[in-house]
Amino acid sequence: MSRSVVALTIIFGIVIVGSAVAFLAGFRRKMDLEQWTVGGRGFGLVLVWLLMAGEIYTTFTFLGASGWAYSRGAPILFNLAQAPLMYVVSFFILPLIWEVGRKYRLQTQADFFQVRYASTYLAAFVALVGVLCLIPYLQLQLTGLGLIVEVASFGGIHRTPAMITAFALVAGFVFASGVRGVAWVSIIKDLLLLCTAVFVGIAVPHIYFGGVGPMFAALARTHPTHLVMPGATKSFGHTWFISTVLMTSLTFYMWPHYFAASFTARSGKILRRNAVLMPLYSITTPLMLFVGLSAVLVLPGLRDGDLSLLTMVQKTFPAWFLGIVGGAGALTAMVAAAIQLLTGATLYAKNLFRPMLAPGMSDHQVAMIAKIMVLVLTLGALVLAVYSSISLVSLLLLGYAGVAQLFPGVVLGLYSRRVTTSGVFAGMAAGICLAAFLMLTGRDPYFGLNAGFIALCCNFALTGVISLLTPVHAAGFNESLPLLAASDSADSPGLL
Amino acid sequence: MKRPSLGALLLGLIPFVATCFSVALWDRVDPMVLGLPFNFFWLISWLLLTPVCMWGAYRLEEPSASDTRRKEGAD
Repeated sequence: MSRSVVALTIIFGIVIVGSAVAFLAGFRRKMDLEQWTVGGRGFGLVLVWLLMAGEIYTTFTFLGASGWAYSRGAPILFNLAQAPLMYVVSFFILPLIWEVGRKYRLQTQADFFQVRYASTYLAAFVALVGVLCLIPYLQLQLTGLGLIVEVASFGGIHRTPAMITAFALVAGFVFASGVRGVAWVSIIKDLLLLCTAVFVGIAVPHIYFGGVGPMFAALARTHPTHLVMPGATKSFGHTWFISTVLMTSLTFYMWPHYFAASFTARSGKILRRNAVLMPLYSITTPLMLFVGLSAVLVLPGLRDGDLSLLTMVQKTFPAWFLGIVGGAGALTAMVAAAIQLLTGATLYAKNLFRPMLAPGMSDHQVAMIAKIMVLVLTLGALVLAVYSSISLVSLLLLGYAGVAQLFPGVVLGLYSRRVTTSGVFAGMAAGICLAAFLMLTGRDPYFGLNAGFIALCCNFALTGVISLLTPVHAAGFNESLPLLAASDSADSPGLL
Repeated sequence: MKRPSLGALLLGLIPFVATCFSVALWDRVDPMVLGLPFNFFWLISWLLLTPVCMWGAYRLEEPSASDTRRKEGAD
């Protein structure tokens, strides 16, 4: 059997087993909208941890982080700094979001805006932003998966049929099992990813240099500037680092799928404990960076940095191991894509389609529309991944800067009584326009600052000013918020 | 659900100061620690130290069952 056949057989085996588990997870459960989107709000610490880890460690962690370490060097440290900090932020906001979620049976991020700001239009706008920002993210997972199969088959299988097969499976198990299927398939994927990442991250520097220490010593001799910022880039210095780490860690949980994942928890306490533990899982990130940095010396001049990890594995290990790494990577892309599909579809059906076009629809009909949307989004992302040649990184960063603009509405909404619907609407719209303008005209970083961060600052300022100029909603409305309702009895004023 | 305590917020601020705002102080190769350039070593150690800070914050926000019992006993 040729090497590519061995590798592909193993990848295919892993993908099939993973999909089977996902299908079985939803077997014999009544799949109403509540069960499908938030798992009946009954997930404990382990399942929430798996779901969140499954969603967060995506194809970017696997291919992108090593790719950046290879092509850009030290600026990738932003990813290492961001990981623990975003969980610190989640410690302070997710339990509150969960509390509102339980009280009002929220299923999507836009539901939160609906309840807090009592505006269907604001909620629909948030849903639209969410769906639009998810599409490039979905496209990234697809392309990553295509790359994996292409490298593992030694170029024998084109990425298009691989992407179509994998996404048909993803759409299938999302359709059948909803979020529960995603959480269960995460178990297999996390185990595989963790084992292969630890093994590859330790073995690669050991095989070529005799250890991580000698690898860095060699790199410090030959490429000293690669190891400190701005690395191999011109503009990614310290101010870029600070603004990027702040922007990404503060707003990470504004991605609609991460936001909605908090609704699956059984209690707010589970989310707090999860926030304490999650940074430990990031220990795989530096290992991925070690592989990318080893490749700087072992495989100089690769055309695409994102291929550095896979090429390294292909060059170093036997075909069956390439198969396991490829399988882990493919499953990672599928899990991430599944939750993005689920979230995008629910957002569209519940917060855009129903309120704008068919207000009389029942929850059952909304679930049907959402399931149809799973197929539509799958096809859309496939078409984009096959035909578009726009740089994925720039699309993803645009999506990031876009969802970041939801942050003031969420955090001020949780902690302040004074913030108003018009304020949030104006700030959000201005932030999105500014971020899109700066990024699409190639002004990122702008004066050394991350463009999304600049937009976020303007957004905050505008939200604050307009909120102070417009009247607050009728009394009693703030009761929707556990925090603000509780402070009613005490004489502690709101933050603003 | 109550507003987070000042202590918990301060504990949450520690990792931000250590790994974000102070970048100019630790972004260098020397001294290498455990074979890692100093900036890599610094950030990796904060993967382990952040949960310590947040564990402290957790204890402040969600007193454990045994703590509550002890408090009740003292009252």
